[in-house]
Formats: sequence, structure tokens, C-alpha cells
Amino acid sequence: MAETGNGDSDQPLLTAEGLGKSYGHLTACRDVSFALYPGEVLAIVGESGSGKSTLLQLLSAQLTPSAGSVSYRMRDGVMRDLAALGEAERRFLFRTDWGYVHQDPAMGLRMAVSAGANVGERLMAVGWNHYGRIRDTASSWLERVEIDTGRIDDAPRTYSGGMRQRLQIARNLVTEPRLVFMDEPTGGLDVSVQARLLDLMRNLVSELGLAAIVVTHDLAVARLLSHRVMVMKGGRVIETGLTDQVLDDPCEPYTQLLVSSILPA
Amino acid sequence: MNAPTYNFAYLDEQTKRMIRRAILKAIAIPGYQVPFASREMPMPYGWGTGGVQVTAAILGRDDVLKVIDQGSDDTTNAISIRKFFGKTAGVATTTNTTDATVIQTRHRIPEGLLHAGQVLVYQVPIPEPLRFLEPRETETRRMHALGEYGLMHVKLYEDIARFGHIATAYAYPVKVNARYVMDPSPTPKFDNPKMDNCAALQLFGAGREKRIYAIPPHTSVVSLDFEDHPFTRYRFDAPCALCGAGDSYLDEIVTDDKGSRMFVCSDTDYCETRQSQGHRGSESAAPHKERAHG
Amino acid sequence: MYVAVKGGERAIENAHRLLAHERRGDRDIPEVSLAQISEQLSLGVDRVMTEGSLYDRELAALAIKQARGDMIEAVFLVRAFRATLPRFGATEPVDTGRMQVRRRISSTFKDIPGGQILGPTFDYTHRLLDPQLAEGFVPELPATSDAPAAAMPRVTDILGRDGLIESSPRADGDVPVGDLTREPLSFPADRDLRLQNLARADEGFLLALGYSSQRGYGRTHPFAGEIRLGEVEVEFSAEDVGFAVPLGSITLTECQMVNQFKGSATEGPCFTRGYGLAFGHCERKTMSMALVDRSLRARELGEEVLAPSQDEEFVMSHSDNVQATGFVEHLKLPHYVDFQSELGLLRKLRQEFAEADSSPPLREAAE
Repeated sequence: MAETGNGDSDQPLLTAEGLGKSYGHLTACRDVSFALYPGEVLAIVGESGSGKSTLLQLLSAQLTPSAGSVSYRMRDGVMRDLAALGEAERRFLFRTDWGYVHQDPAMGLRMAVSAGANVGERLMAVGWNHYGRIRDTASSWLERVEIDTGRIDDAPRTYSGGMRQRLQIARNLVTEPRLVFMDEPTGGLDVSVQARLLDLMRNLVSELGLAAIVVTHDLAVARLLSHRVMVMKGGRVIETGLTDQVLDDPCEPYTQLLVSSILPA
Repeated sequence: MNAPTYNFAYLDEQTKRMIRRAILKAIAIPGYQVPFASREMPMPYGWGTGGVQVTAAILGRDDVLKVIDQGSDDTTNAISIRKFFGKTAGVATTTNTTDATVIQTRHRIPEGLLHAGQVLVYQVPIPEPLRFLEPRETETRRMHALGEYGLMHVKLYEDIARFGHIATAYAYPVKVNARYVMDPSPTPKFDNPKMDNCAALQLFGAGREKRIYAIPPHTSVVSLDFEDHPFTRYRFDAPCALCGAGDSYLDEIVTDDKGSRMFVCSDTDYCETRQSQGHRGSESAAPHKERAHG
Repeated sequence: MYVAVKGGERAIENAHRLLAHERRGDRDIPEVSLAQISEQLSLGVDRVMTEGSLYDRELAALAIKQARGDMIEAVFLVRAFRATLPRFGATEPVDTGRMQVRRRISSTFKDIPGGQILGPTFDYTHRLLDPQLAEGFVPELPATSDAPAAAMPRVTDILGRDGLIESSPRADGDVPVGDLTREPLSFPADRDLRLQNLARADEGFLLALGYSSQRGYGRTHPFAGEIRLGEVEVEFSAEDVGFAVPLGSITLTECQMVNQFKGSATEGPCFTRGYGLAFGHCERKTMSMALVDRSLRARELGEEVLAPSQDEEFVMSHSDNVQATGFVEHLKLPHYVDFQSELGLLRKLRQEFAEADSSPPLREAAE
């Protein structure tokens, strides 16, 4: 279980209230409300079309809501409505206090630039100006995500899918964010590679006391990583609760269907 | 037929006013690229129309104009631009750096120290220092506005990782007044230190890209680097073969088809002035009296 | 003994004299006149007027002669001249609906009110070089008759009456029309600046982009709703007179493309538009312009921007051939100083590489 560690762990880090998004007649998601606490990992599960990806985009301020609001507790302790943030503030948040792990690592990396530069970029963006220190920090993060440090000067173009994903994680964690969004982080990877990656992610999240919101269609991912789970169907949250409880003893028929359709390993 | 008549220094007064406003704004925000409605000029875009428009907007009847390209007054385009102003403004022209009040330059900063009251007008092809890292103007404007220069440092990091050095030899990016990252135009990095705390006003004109920017006198201009890989000035191995100068930027001249080479000052006025003062290099035409002491 | 190169001034003067000589060519051959260019190479003149953004046949002909037939050079001459002209103001918008039509076709309907009028066109000619045109050919005079009184409504207006095509955007009377020769362009660009940019754009560039959209790089399913050529009145509202004064008429080519239909949550689906307009007779230009205009509306119409023809910044930043040729040809200018610094850096790196090769292994990657 995650250590929250800090004194304000009784204050939510992120809250959503009545959150919704529609495109004309089409409603992608509606009525989403929850609170996320520091160090807590929340999984959002559902099939494709359930609205979970849209929800993640709303929560990470990449889409503006049609209804409701999302608020985030900044490092100074003040709760801020994301829609009210200026662009400069939002971009700064994205580069320092937040991480965003894309399903396709190529979306979250500079593929033509070395691994070291990929990991070091955020540091340089916040003013680090010593090549040696940037490189050493990048190197130690590569180690932490189990990438051979000898490959620090190679571009992720030359990496395997699993390595790219681990690099993406390192790039996001280097500024010690408090909240990480993950969009199907293990999608598209081999089963064995997935297992290793999930293990790594679980350990890192725990060590660093990160809060995370993980969107996935894979219940096994939810079970391994998250404390709580929200089940989505047709744009709504139909069930929510502690992961073990929901997955062992689902209430909603749809959730039961999801759980029962996991193929045995 | 509709025959044209031209105003002093070619541009009409409305246009000059528009350009001067852009220049004032640029001076007020050192290093920031001010968009301006560049006019079609009688020389092609890419051949100095930005510099010419800036010069035309600030030139007065009592000014003395010097025009150089690659450091020399005698290169074809410098001659062409000097003739243009001779024809349309009738101002006095000179090759002497100290006597000039306005110096229009392409790709070099004169070697001699500039003094207060002088204006150095640079011709700029691509004003955006981030252009080759991010081709979209909408994105680079945002990066400047938010002071997000991480991408620039990524490039420098990559250079060091790949070559062991920052691999930019000219148009070396600088930070102006501790705020905006600026492209000094394709001057060799050798010239960068001259921009810092310069007594003259430095104006930059990009006609095709429609941007003007400026460095007011005595403004800080710092070349980007890392603490442990500081900016270094390029040093030549030998002094100028004509005047013996050891501290000026040198052109490489291939003298025969066997690969023999000679290095001479790129700044022709500087070199000739030194020679007239008695300085000599190893290949000087005049008889040697004493060895160069630089 | 090395002597610093001098005499650039004399070299330039000689080059200009030589150019003037070559421009004249063989002096035994009669000089080509501006009237000949304007009359017999009229499509060239039309192109120079359009891309030069100045309606003056005589000046365009002079530009073509001075440019020795290099059209982009001619456009450059016209543009540079235009930049010196004083502005009295803007005319009233021309009404192409009241055009004195000499050619008018539509591929969307077999027949339309006012009819399909072929006019003077290369279409349907067989592209066989005709030696008869080499010298002394006198074409027969065409028969003439009174112009029909029948109305010639625009095809797009016919579709519009039934709500089948989006309405033509109405300009806000209070907002001044943008002018990218007076203000610097910034993105995203409004329709007025976009159309101005495309009207001045290089025909070849727009042609290639339009072609690419037809081949799948951002398809818009175009139909030529209408292409019309003819003369329109130009009117100017002088303040002290109080009404619009006709200044004369100019020849225009107009193309309206009818494109892929689109609907939204609030409106039913209808066809969308692309628009092209040029001085003189420039069909290829107006058609390409209309195709690209429509492609560039991708974002406005909620379409995914995937292809170059849909990329506003890409298209509008590179459409001006005077800017483009200036920068491409500027590579002819001396660059030996920047080249020198590259040489210096390269030599240093090669030296280090050679040393690394010969030195013991396990050298650090950096510092």
C-alpha cells in the first residue's frame, strides 16, 4: 500500500464535481464526481467508448468541460479550478507537478533525441544549467526504470516498446510530480513485458508516494496498481469502490460481466 | 504611363513611421521579435530587405552610412545596397567604421569598438532562434511568451552528448537582458561577445520574415551554454597574414590548386587601417620593417 | 602575392550592361512591343497582374519584357512598384453577379439559367503544335450578336436558395478588411487575409496543393460549381460626392467550388464552399485557389488536419513566390564567413575524432 507521508494527506489532491463533456448531441461522459488523495491510485476501467479516455483528458485539463469542474491542490496548498488557470500556469503544472504517460510512448517522447535529453528536458525547462548534473540525474533515473545506462545517448527510436515506455515514465518522474495520469500504460506491449512494467510502476508509485489516475480496459492492471476503481459505461460511472472489493464482489451486472470475462491467465 | 517618384531613402513617410514604431517597441523589449508589415523592396527578399527598411526608416540627411557584407565593404551585395542609398538618399557613405553613424551589416560585427551614437543594423534571414527545433510560428511565439526555452537547451545537451561540444558555429543563440532568447543573425559565434554591453544601438531587420528586434546600448547579452561547458570564443591558429592582427576574425583564402591557404582579416576596414598604421603580417605587400605585434 | 579582391562595383556595372545586351538579343530582330505582349501573350500578363496584385496591363507587359519572360521576376517588378503607390482608399466590393460574362461553365448541372458559355478556351483543343501560328496566320473574325438579356444567376446562389449550400460568409461592415501588405500576417488567419494570401500566391504552388487534395491528401470532394470570366464595374465611394463613382471595368475570373457536405449539432448538412478570384483570365489559378481555400477551412469545419493543403501555416507562409525566390536565390550571396566557422568547427571535431580513434578505448562520451 502506498505511503502518503505528508501531513495534508487528509486533504484531497484532485476533485471532480459533476464533470461532463458533450459534442453536440453526443455525450462522451457525464456526472463524474470523486476526490483523489495524495498517494492514492485510482483506476478508471471500461470498454472502448465508455468515456474513460475523455475523462482523463478532462481531468488533466487537456479538454474543457461542458459541465462541472475539476480542481487541483497546488504546491502552496490552495485548491484551484483548472478551468481558471492561465495557460502559463497550466503548462508549468504539466511540466513539474504532473506526469502524463501516453499509451503510445512515441507520443510522450522526443523520438529523435537521446534518452538523456528526453529525461533531462524537464530539468532544463526549470532552469538546471549544469550538463554533468543533468546527465547524472538522467542516468540515475534510467537506472531506476531498469534501462541500461549505457544507452543514455541512444534515441528512443532504437529502443524496444517496453524500454520506450519505461523511458517515458522516467521523463515524467524526474521532476518528482505529485500526480501522474496514465492512459493504458501497458497497452500494446507483450504480456511478459507488461508484467515487468506493472511491477516497476507499482514500486515507483509506492516509493515516491505518487497519486495516479490510470485509465485501462484491463482489470488485471487495475487490480495490480490501484487502491480504488471507477467502472465506466456509456459515459457514466456505474460503480466505484476499493479495487479488491469491486473486483471480488461486483454489484452492478455490467461490472460482473467485465470481471467474469477476464480470461484465465 | 504611371512613372514612379521616390521619397528620401525610398520608403514613403507612412511606412517609415510604421517601421519606427516597430523599432521603438523593439528597443523597449530587448530581444523580442516585433512583427511589422515588411514592404516589397526593389531587391529580393533574403538579400537584405529587412536591414534596408530599418536603415531607410532611421536615415537622416546628415548621417554617414557604411555597408558591409561578410565584413567587407567591397562585396557585391554591400556595394549594391550602398549604391541604393546613394541614389535614393544621397547621404555620405564611408568605409571607415569610426566615421560611420549607421552601419548596415550582413553576417559580421566590425572588429573596432563601436561608440555611442552609432547604430548597427543587422540583416537577418531567420529571426526565430527556435525555428529549426519547432517549425510552427504559433508554437514558438508561445514559447517566447512563457519563457519556455527547454527545447533550446535540449539541442545544446544533444550537441555535447554527440560531439563533446556545442555544435553551433554561427547564429549562436543568446539571452538578452536576461529574458528573451534571440538569434544574433548568422554572425560567427566569435562575434557574440561584442554584442554584450555595446555602446552602440543594435537593430535587427528580417524583411521576408517580417520581424524587427533590438538591443539597446549597454544591455546584457549572454551566449547560451552550460556551467560546465561554458561558451568559448573561437581562436584562429595564426594572425592575419596582411596586418598581423591576432584578435580578429579571419577569412581563409585558397591561394593555389595545391591546397595552400592564407588567413586574412574579414573586416577589410580594420585590416587596411592597421596596415596604414604600420602593422604588418607575413604576407604583406609592403616591405617588412618589423614583425607584427598585434 | 595575394592582393585583396577589389573592383566589385565595376563588376556589377558590367554585369548590368551585359544583362541589358542579352535582354535585347539579336539587334537585327525587331524589338518586342508592350502592346504585342499585352495582346498576344495576354494570359502571361494576366498572371503577372494577379500575382503582382496590381491591375495595369501596360505595366505588367513592361515587367515581362524587362524580366525577359521570367514570370516570377516580372511579378517581383510589379510588386516593388506597387509598394510605392499612394493609397486613396478601397473600392466598393465588386459584384461578380453583374459581370458581363464572356465565358461561364458549371459542371454541377447539365444546363443552367443563362446557359453554358464556352467562350475562348483551350479546353477541347487538341494539343498539336500548329506551325500555321508561326507567322502570318490571320484568324477569321467571330460573328457577333446582341448579348442575351437572360439573367445569369450564380449556381451557388441557386443551390443556396434551397439551403443546399452553406451561405457565403457575410462580411461585418464595421470591421475593416485586413490587408497583409499593411499588417504582418499572424495565425490563425481570418478569411479575408487567407483569400488575399491565396490570390497573390504562386499558381504552381496552389496547383500542386489542390492536386494533392484531389489525390487523397485531405480530400474535399470538389465539384466546379461555376467558373465565370468577364468584365465587372469598379466603383469608388468618394466622401465629398456622397455616392459611388464608377472608375471603369476590369476583367476577372471567378471560381466557386462546391465541396463535401457537412452538418453540425445545430444545422442540417449542406455543401461547403471554396472560392477563387483572379485578375484577367486565370482559370487554373482560381480553381486551385478554390480547392486550397476549402482545404484550409478544415479546422473551422471540424475536420482533421492531416495533409499539407490543410495546414494553414505551411500553405500561407510559403505561397508567396517573390518571398520564396528571394530566399532560395539568396544562397548565391557570399556566405563564406559562416562557412568559415563551420569549417573551423568541423576541423576541430575531425581532429578529436582522429585522436579518439588512436587513443586507448573506454573514452568518456562527454567532457
